[in-house]
Order: sequence, then structure tokens, then C-alpha cells
Amino acid sequence: MKYSLFLGCTIPARSRNYELSARAVASQLGMEFIDIDEFSCCGFPLEATDEMGAILLAARNLALAEEKNLEICSLCSACTSMLTKTAYRLNRDRELRDKVNHELSKLGRAYKGTVRVRHFARILIEDIGLEKIKNSVSRDLKGLKVATHYGCHYLKPSYIYEGFDDPQDPKTLEEILEAVGAVNIQYRRKKDCCGGPVLLSDESVALDVAGEKLKYVKEAGADIMNLVCPFCDLMFDSNQKGIEAKFGLELNIPVLYLPQIIGLAMGLDRKELGLNLNSVNTKDLTARLEV
Amino acid sequence: MNRIVSEDYDPDFIEELDSSEITGAFSGCLACRTCTSGCPVHRANNEYDPLRIMRMLTFGLKDELIGGDMIWLCSDCYTCQENCPMGIKVTDIINHLKNMATSAKHTPIGVSTQEKLLKDQGKIYIIDDFDNKKRTKAGLPPLPEINEEAKKLLEKR
Repeated sequence: MKYSLFLGCTIPARSRNYELSARAVASQLGMEFIDIDEFSCCGFPLEATDEMGAILLAARNLALAEEKNLEICSLCSACTSMLTKTAYRLNRDRELRDKVNHELSKLGRAYKGTVRVRHFARILIEDIGLEKIKNSVSRDLKGLKVATHYGCHYLKPSYIYEGFDDPQDPKTLEEILEAVGAVNIQYRRKKDCCGGPVLLSDESVALDVAGEKLKYVKEAGADIMNLVCPFCDLMFDSNQKGIEAKFGLELNIPVLYLPQIIGLAMGLDRKELGLNLNSVNTKDLTARLEV
Repeated sequence: MNRIVSEDYDPDFIEELDSSEITGAFSGCLACRTCTSGCPVHRANNEYDPLRIMRMLTFGLKDELIGGDMIWLCSDCYTCQENCPMGIKVTDIINHLKNMATSAKHTPIGVSTQEKLLKDQGKIYIIDDFDNKKRTKAGLPPLPEINEEAKKLLEKR
């Protein structure tokens, strides 16, 4: 199974732990990733200010994958939604597609409408399957209690996502965790946003939104938090110290990317999973799992 | 919170948004407040209120909406849109309003700085030699510093 790997901007610059663990886990499961150097920003950060510019960037990325006859596997939820939404619109709106292709033609490229975009976790469920993931487990997670943060763009807007999960009652990420032997913990406000997109306009509000969730994760007694997006990670992992200071809380909740947890269950080591790159220290966690 | 002043009513603004292909119609809004009751930003700061945005739209208060700070507090989480019993694309509409505000030069400095970076580089973060050394050391493929073709695509925008 071959996919073009869409990294976007944030992952190669600040979330190498996500990239490393996703590549390691994919390779264990027989997924082949093809890197396309010409991929740019997905377009998402432009959506609020220059929507047409965002669509153009997304369409160019889609065209690049089409040229290689590859599907796109995206690790970032914002990239996934921007690329999926753009394909959705271009496939339905002839006028918009003509306009976009007029611009792309100046670069010698065209959007044809053949490419499929899916998030890494969705591909694990749909193409690899829970059974194969379960069979790849070689390390006991010893009842590790995990609070999953689905985030927003992994599931929403649902009209672009073909009903692969239910945004009102999402399950896919927890099904994967269950398959690798983790214990899913429920907590208040589980479906809510990380607050990340507000960071650029009002940092205090963004930290309040993230802080509320972290507080509930702590109250529910989770050992770690699980997520699938580098923006969410920025809020819960990188900004956790700042949130502790702002709220006067002691949290100390390790925040792992989904493939870091899967990788631990597969018997991979700290280095292969980039666990030293997590902001909240993960050494107690791996010591407990005898990694 | 100020009272809504109906003299500022702009019917063209209502028509433009209510008939937009991108956002779909909003005039079926029941004012049921489902959008606000689920909004995580509203809980953190009640100055932000998606129902108020929808009401301001209905009253055609263009200048107040696109000249104000409120729309920029939307976290783009789509909770309001997914919950809306009338299927109104609340989040897509707010995003469209942000675009209109940007055309009228009302953009928070952090957002416009990011936009400029992106248009200069084709990506948000430059991958420099130092990053690529770290990537190579970790067994990851090196990446180009900026994206010239994407930069070209966004020229004159």
C-alpha cells in the first residue's frame, strides 16, 4: 500500500516526534510512504484571510499527488481538512475548478479530480484494519489509561468526510487504542477544541480553552493524552507549562501522538518514536512500560 | 454588550451572504442559541457569541461585524455548524466574514503576519540547514528551505 505522505509546515519543523513515529509504525504495518518534495503549505493558514489563495495552494498539492498517481496520507488534521475540502469543492463546482486550473496551468499543472485524501489514522482503520494492528502488538501497555483528544478537523466539517466517523460520538481513535491494549478513559468536554486557532488573535482565550480540557483529563485520572494533530499538540504539550502557571495547576500529563502509543505497543524504542522530543517528560511512562 | 442599532442595516450584505454558494443560506436561523451553547470559546470568553454573529448578519450589520474583533475569536472548531438544527454553515460563514474583514483591512496583526510569511515562503516555517541536519540525523529525508512554486502561485495576491 503506497501513499504520498503530506507533512505540511508544522510537523517537519516542530513535530518530528509525530513524523518519526508515524513513519516507523507505517513501515511495521506494510505501508509505503512516498515523499513529494514539491508539496507546500496545505493552504489552511490562509483560509481565513485569502480563501482563494488557500484553495490554490491546496489544489496544487492535490495536483502533485495526482501526477504520481498516489493517494494522500496526511498527518495533520488541519492539512487533512483543507485538502479534503478543496477536493470536495473542486469536484462539485466546475466554475471554481476552471478558475483554479487557469492559475495552475501557468505552472504547468492541473487538478483532475482523481486524488483521495485521508488522515493517517483513518487509513489505519480503513486500509490496515484493527485486526492487523492488534496482531502487531508485542509489548503489554499494562493498563495504560489514555484520554483521547479527537480535535476538530480530523472529523469536521463532516460534510467533506464521507461519514467515516461520527463527530457527535467519535470512536475511531479509541478503537485503535483498544486494539493495541490501552484503556480508554472518558472525560468531560472530550469533543471540544484545543483552542489553537485562536492563538494568533487572543492567546489568553486559546490557553483558557486548552486549560479547561487538560483540567478534565487530569480529573479523569488519565496517565497520558492521545492526539493526531500538531496544532493540538502545541496547545496541550508545548503550552502545558504555561497553562499550569496560568491556572495554578499541577498537570504533568504526557501528551503522545497516536503512532507513538501504537509504536510503544509494537515494541519500538524511545528513539524510534521520538519520545525525547515531547515537551512533557515521558521517561516515567516508558520506565513503567519497561522500554 | 451594545444594543443592535437597526439604522446600520445593509441589505446588500445580507443578499451577498445569504445567496453565497460557499456558505449557503443563513436566513433560516431560528435564534435557538444551539450554536452558542456548544461553543468552547464562548465558555472561555462570553464576549464571543456565534448567535450574536448570526443575529448581526440577519440585521445586516456589516461594518460592525467585519470591523470588530469578535469574528477573529472563532476557533474554527465547527461545533456550531455540526450542531445547528437548520444545517446552517455557521463556521464557514464566519470564515467568509474573516475574508471580508481582511479585504477591508481589519485583520489581527498575528494573522496578517502569518499570511505574509506564508506568501513569502510558500510555507509557514523555513526548513534551514540546521533543521535538515537534525532531520538527517534522525533518519528523516531533507526538505527544501522554502517553496518557490507555491510562492509564485500566490504572487500578486
